[in-house]
Amino acid sequence: MINATLLELSSALQGKRVSSVELTRMFVQRAQRTNDRLNAFITLDPDKSLAQAAAADARIASGEGTTLTGIPIAHKDIFCTRSWRTTCGSRMLANFVAPYDAFVIERFNAAGAVILGKTNMDEFAMGSSNESSFFGPVRNPWDLRAVSGGSSGGSACAVAARVSPAATGTDTGGSIRQPAALCGISGLKPTYGVVSRYGMVAYASSLDQGGPIARSAGDLALLLNVMAGFDARDSTSLERPSEDYGRDLERPLKGLRLGLPREYFSEGLDNDVAAAVQEALAQLRKQGCELVEISLPKTKLAIPVYYVLAPAEASSNLARYDGVRYGYRAAEYSDLRDMYGKTRAQGFGAEVKRRILVGTYVLSHGYYDAYYLQAQRLRRLIAEDFSRAFQQCDIIAGPTTPSVAFDLGEKSADPVQMYLADIYTIAVNLAGLPGLSIPCGFGAKGRPVGLQLIGNYFREAQMLNVAHQYQRVTDWHQRMPAEPE
Amino acid sequence: MALSVDDVRHIAALARIEVDAQEIAQVLHQLNDIFALVEQMRAVDTSGITPMAHAQDVVLRLREDRVTEHDQRELFQANAPQVEDGLYLVPKVIE
Repeated sequence: MINATLLELSSALQGKRVSSVELTRMFVQRAQRTNDRLNAFITLDPDKSLAQAAAADARIASGEGTTLTGIPIAHKDIFCTRSWRTTCGSRMLANFVAPYDAFVIERFNAAGAVILGKTNMDEFAMGSSNESSFFGPVRNPWDLRAVSGGSSGGSACAVAARVSPAATGTDTGGSIRQPAALCGISGLKPTYGVVSRYGMVAYASSLDQGGPIARSAGDLALLLNVMAGFDARDSTSLERPSEDYGRDLERPLKGLRLGLPREYFSEGLDNDVAAAVQEALAQLRKQGCELVEISLPKTKLAIPVYYVLAPAEASSNLARYDGVRYGYRAAEYSDLRDMYGKTRAQGFGAEVKRRILVGTYVLSHGYYDAYYLQAQRLRRLIAEDFSRAFQQCDIIAGPTTPSVAFDLGEKSADPVQMYLADIYTIAVNLAGLPGLSIPCGFGAKGRPVGLQLIGNYFREAQMLNVAHQYQRVTDWHQRMPAEPE
Repeated sequence: MALSVDDVRHIAALARIEVDAQEIAQVLHQLNDIFALVEQMRAVDTSGITPMAHAQDVVLRLREDRVTEHDQRELFQANAPQVEDGLYLVPKVIE
């Protein structure tokens, strides 16, 4: 059961071979047993989960179940879930009980899925290792000394450890794809605008995108079908005809051109990662793909551009945390300004404060043109790099990360070191393109390696096709870490 | 461009985040590391390029000017640190 695909679980539930209550109880118990070691969950509420499961069983019994009815899903603690604590991995929201559901949660609820729990994450989604969470770091289920990646570390860990059949995450600079890669599972960031950001706590509004995390391309398609859709309450939500993201899974790959950016295979890429990725590309060539060398010359610029734009947007989005209407308030202060100053100094962790300060500076009088506008102009050049590349290929492929998971604490002393590891994922958010990561082998210390696919706008079905065909003839996505006892 | 301690104090004031005397040196050092990273992008010639704020070429949607929300003050104020008679309480502003 713990290795079953979503379709297999659905079939078992519809066929009454297992009830949602039994399934949910099983996963909740796994989550409770493993949380001391893994710390994947910030909140578990078995009573609430089992109540949803019972309702799902009733719905299935009356013949009104859908594919996801009765299936427990873990949600990144960035999605507002009505009556559940929603902390964003921060002291600032440690006791915030969401009064409403995010669009994504509404969709899963409507499908009859069960909320398994709220997963751990880097504070306010700022981080690549899940070490900045107020609730402690998440450990990599493949090697407990290693990070799970971030910011959707809890979700990736839960899925990899078979503690949840699937999960949701968000990706602003790589936060779905990178933890998926480091934890040996599959994760997808849709084209910007495809998944509504309503109820998804904002970090960088022009970059944030919610997406699915699971163990196969087929499962990602099922989840994306539920998550995608127009929502008038998100001003950047796109109105497009609805589609079945799994419609092209079985299409043969013959003639599909995979573009390999030379900048993604040069210095900075560890040999073990390069080897696993090259083997995956050789496999895809055997399956009919044509490999084409391309260039994304602005690759290196993506990091400084992101670390101007994202902090700038974050400084604006996080201004709302002032201790007045919700969230943490300092215990002692002399006046209103002091209350703001202390509330925010105490409520936010170091990384969040750093990014707010950077963002405040680049938006401030005298620096706006030189930093913020300059970064936005470069953003256009980066997006144009991709447009040009997509004239020569259908999908871009390469490593998701330059190395396998690093050790806990290894990079926390030097924030910039952490930032540099985002090199392959970050430009995708700047351009607003879809990206996905699937496991393609193991590297140093037996830690997983991820292969990244970047598609043109709205080409999720095509990317899932490639991922599924690869997963039909390989079994990296079925490998399971040892139980964390 | 390297920041000074005064710059850090100024930004911290704008951001309403208290940075005390002990922390300020370390914060300054870390911010300067980040700005050293960011400097790379300032040298690139971008004359004539339109800034890109958004991935898709879309315009802000408008809606009919009708009241669609209803009063849920009690529900929302359940999360507030201090409320009284439906008002959010903060330290006195006017001396």
